[in-house]
Amino acid sequence: MDDIQQILQSMMREAVSPTTAAVALAVIGLNIHFGYTGLLNIGQSAFMLFGAYGFAIMVDQGHSMWLGVVVGLLLAFVFALVLGVPTLKLRGDYLAIVTISAAEIVRYVGRSVGYEWLFNLTGGAQGIPGSHYRGPFADLSFFPSGDTTLLAFNYHDVAGGSTLVRLVGWLIVIGLIWLTVRIGRGRMGLAGAARTATIAALVVVTALVIFFLVPVGAQNTGVNGWWFTFVAWLLVAAGLVVVLGLTRSPWGRALRGVREDEDAMRSLGKNVFAIKMQALVIGGLFGAAGGMMYVLPTAVQPDALGRNMTFFCYTSLLLGGAATIWGPVLGSLIFWVGRVAIIGISNTYLSSSDYIDVMNGQQTSQFAFIVIGVALMLLVIFRPQGILGDKRELRFNV
Amino acid sequence: MSDSMSPTATATAGGLADPAARRRLMSGVQPEPGSSKPNPILKVDHIVRQFGGMTAVDVEHLEVQRGIITALIGPNGAGKTTFFNLITGFDRPTSAGQGAHWSFDGANLDRTSASRVAKSGMVRTFQLTKALSRMTVMDNMMLGAQDQAGENLAKCLFKPFWGAQEKQVEAKALELLERFKLLDKRTDYAGSLSGGQRKLLEMARALMSDPKMIMLDEPMAGVNPALTQSLLGHIQSLRDEGMTVLFVEHDMHVVRHISDWVVVMAEGRLVAEGPADTVMSNQAVIDAYLGAHHDTDLGDDALLSDAAFEQIEKEVAQEDAEREEEEQS
Amino acid sequence: MIARGTAIIGLLMLVAPLFLLLSGGPADAVTLCLPKKDETACIAGTMGSRADPKEGVDVILTKPDGSTETQTTEKDGKFAFTVTEPGDYLVGVDPDTLAKGDELRPPSEERLRGPDGTIKVDGVELGKSYGPVLTVRAADFDDSTSKWDEFVQSAVSGVRLGLLLALASVGLSLIYGTTGLSNFAHAEQVTLGGMVGYGMINVAGLPLLVGGLLVVLICGFSGWFQDRVLWQPLRRRGLGLTQLMIVTIGLSLAMQYSFQFFAGADTKRVIVAQATVRHFGPVIITDRSLAAMAISAVVLGLVGFALLRTRIGRATRAVSDNPALAQASGIDTDKVIRLVWTVAMALAGLSGLLYALVVNGIKWDTGLQILLLLFAAVTLGGLGTAFGALLGSLVIGLVVELSPLVIPGDFKYAAALLILILLLLVRPQGLLGRAQRVG
Repeated sequence: MDDIQQILQSMMREAVSPTTAAVALAVIGLNIHFGYTGLLNIGQSAFMLFGAYGFAIMVDQGHSMWLGVVVGLLLAFVFALVLGVPTLKLRGDYLAIVTISAAEIVRYVGRSVGYEWLFNLTGGAQGIPGSHYRGPFADLSFFPSGDTTLLAFNYHDVAGGSTLVRLVGWLIVIGLIWLTVRIGRGRMGLAGAARTATIAALVVVTALVIFFLVPVGAQNTGVNGWWFTFVAWLLVAAGLVVVLGLTRSPWGRALRGVREDEDAMRSLGKNVFAIKMQALVIGGLFGAAGGMMYVLPTAVQPDALGRNMTFFCYTSLLLGGAATIWGPVLGSLIFWVGRVAIIGISNTYLSSSDYIDVMNGQQTSQFAFIVIGVALMLLVIFRPQGILGDKRELRFNV
Repeated sequence: MSDSMSPTATATAGGLADPAARRRLMSGVQPEPGSSKPNPILKVDHIVRQFGGMTAVDVEHLEVQRGIITALIGPNGAGKTTFFNLITGFDRPTSAGQGAHWSFDGANLDRTSASRVAKSGMVRTFQLTKALSRMTVMDNMMLGAQDQAGENLAKCLFKPFWGAQEKQVEAKALELLERFKLLDKRTDYAGSLSGGQRKLLEMARALMSDPKMIMLDEPMAGVNPALTQSLLGHIQSLRDEGMTVLFVEHDMHVVRHISDWVVVMAEGRLVAEGPADTVMSNQAVIDAYLGAHHDTDLGDDALLSDAAFEQIEKEVAQEDAEREEEEQS
Repeated sequence: MIARGTAIIGLLMLVAPLFLLLSGGPADAVTLCLPKKDETACIAGTMGSRADPKEGVDVILTKPDGSTETQTTEKDGKFAFTVTEPGDYLVGVDPDTLAKGDELRPPSEERLRGPDGTIKVDGVELGKSYGPVLTVRAADFDDSTSKWDEFVQSAVSGVRLGLLLALASVGLSLIYGTTGLSNFAHAEQVTLGGMVGYGMINVAGLPLLVGGLLVVLICGFSGWFQDRVLWQPLRRRGLGLTQLMIVTIGLSLAMQYSFQFFAGADTKRVIVAQATVRHFGPVIITDRSLAAMAISAVVLGLVGFALLRTRIGRATRAVSDNPALAQASGIDTDKVIRLVWTVAMALAGLSGLLYALVVNGIKWDTGLQILLLLFAAVTLGGLGTAFGALLGSLVIGLVVELSPLVIPGDFKYAAALLILILLLLVRPQGLLGRAQRVG
């Protein structure tokens, strides 16, 4: 049981981690591109990289943090224009090829050593260490110094942390989730605002119980401290509010129309190019924000925000459900937590002399990625709408 | 040639509901391809479209009269749909920039894009309906309205900017849905509608923007006979309210039934124009549709006589001889 | 004897990474090396010179079995490899880690020149030290190579790269043409060829020809298998093209990490024997490279001939041009597509094997680099046309190899991609594609 608790512990850390939130932000942007507008942008990592570089370089060179944020967003904005102007008039395949090529070019430029001035700015393949730009952000923290454990009152405090308590707790969690799903599917007679409120309450309670069962303790400030986590998830919440507003508006409706049939939209007098460009820009800005948040607790390394990151974003998006509000967040959570879970499980059971020993320490993380690759394939084949998506809306065939 | 293009002239306020009035209006028009109309809403010049070495469309001049129903007919491969696409901005003529010219309701549109054509008041439907299948009927309708403040990215996050307009658009959509008998389907996905219902939806959606001219690409294609009558009724009532209608159609009965003017295309060119009853007996039109047999009932067993076979053999031999002559010359 | 040697090498390969773990990881601090009689030997030296040592350069040691080890030089520019097997080694440098304007000067003695800019350290015996001299000098050091000479040499490398890319991209283009699928896992098929080749030839010790043939057969089979088990059923299911593309993305991820899982993270070179270097005027090229280019050209020629002259080839072009029409004309599109997948993967495997032989070797993530070059080549030439893919590949290969003459070397791939993007602006159908409404 201790092994399992450890795995759960690492899963929980990953769940609240600011990098998970950062990727969720980028996936929200990708959702606008691909989920709502049908734009096949396979270069979201480049937007993240632009945000990260813009922010980090500005702060590293001594400018204010806010200027760094503005520059990062501006770079993403310009990049979207540069990408969009030539390609949005072309067929979907071409946008895919151009975005993926552009993302690679950005990565190559970032890691290049050829031009000294560039290398001085970007740090080449090693990138920019987090300490160079993290300071001003960490200083903003208004949290008191020290450690906090979420939840302070946890399973250790009940019956000395016995296994029975934990088992009961997990059964409760499963029950709550089942209840939420049923209410969400409308099978419990609730509708409209009452349904939303009940689901929200259930989710909060479930989260509390999970924290009770798997408490997470961390510093208040400092890398991966609660301040970073707090800001990251706050940004995600703000992002969700914005997306909610956008998609419920006529603009959001126009996005979906463009995804459906561009010619039909043109015949209704809509400027399809402008709509696609706006979607590209907005999604790109979200990506840049995600990139900035991603590198704050870590470092700016171009290879970490390369093509595989875009693929992970797609996996998260499809897992959670494209063209839904909560899909990107849910998908990101499940993706990253799931990855940690697979690594944890294979480390404990497949890589140790206690059980089976078929792989070494490095291989477990590779194994996790193999599982992810296969999972993506199965997901797209058998359940393209993911968890929250609407099946009718998402039989996509561009 | 009276071609006053001012949009306020003539009695289109209220429409030409009276068939006698329509006949009077068109009686003075020459039944020649490319003839000028008393009050044209659309004029096109020198529209040419070539694919490789083949010329698909070559129309020198066409005028479409305001307020009536004009049919565009012709045999398969005549270039009707291509021409349709060219004038609605869904295709670019090879002659663009070299004399191709559009004039709609007094405005020149020399470089058209599909959305600009639609915004200027000329909307179209598609032969294979483009109902936005994975959106609801209501969403389809709401998208039809033009100049929506809520579609502006800067304003869309603030409901006060577009809330009132959205309600107006919704009311209009419900009205049109009711008229086209689609009201109880409004929350269904458009993809779940039947083919005929989708055609009605497309038509209703096209009307959301209060167009001046509606262009229907084979509206009766794939529609069951019962629904055909209903569609015809809708088209006629649109005309009665003052809308100009141009439609491409194959079904001669439909054409004869509702069109006030017919334009015939064959091999990319205009071969005839005129009122429905007379244009059918035009020799050029008959030739275009392959000869004297279009009136023949092919189910008639009397055709299986020896005399009929001999006649056919003679005609075939004659055609072969003519073709050989052409090839040798 | 061979088997035992192979087993020892295999074990060493599995164990070696652990030693690296123990010592704190590869490319770490350089520890001085003392050779022990009958146990270890040393290959050490200084990058640059005592007066001007080069820091931060990745020095790559290639062992007789093909595996590599990398060390990064520190402030004193020193590197020192401890080796446990006698034999012939190669010492090279990662050009991307040299400071701008520097390059590795080839040894003046020809017998010391290894393939692709490496220095040979032959006949290493245990208990001894070896000190290859790695001279670094400024790149514009005019040392009997004029700009023209460099240009020609790079052009030849470009053609070589182009031919290898063409082998893979022809298949990619045909798959796109016949099924509409953009196969993001195609570059992993190239890596597969290299890995299988390494396994056959370096690990299992098969002769090159036999190993090569097996590689082609195995990879071809993988293509047949994929279509049979995955792609055809999915097509029948009516899966949209975007969905299929995402499936290929998942497959590519799974394959990449499988390679890393089974073969480790280091670069594999398929080493056969030391290659003879030939000079053709200003061009220095190995026999092996020439053979690889010849093989590629011949195979491409055969493919082209088959497409133009044989019935099945014409059917393939028909399906690639207009699948619905081809099917309506009575062509069995399923059979054609199965054949395309099989041949495409066989070609990709061959390409990977040759790549592992004559270019820088194959790594688990080589696919990441190659995939975009392949897409660039195919799009440049015209999506769906086989001859376009060939032309596009040659252009991309030349751009990649020639661009270091004008811009810093680590931009060479970026340059190729930039050319692609620029071309799409002007001529989206590619060089040989037909102009059709692409938007």
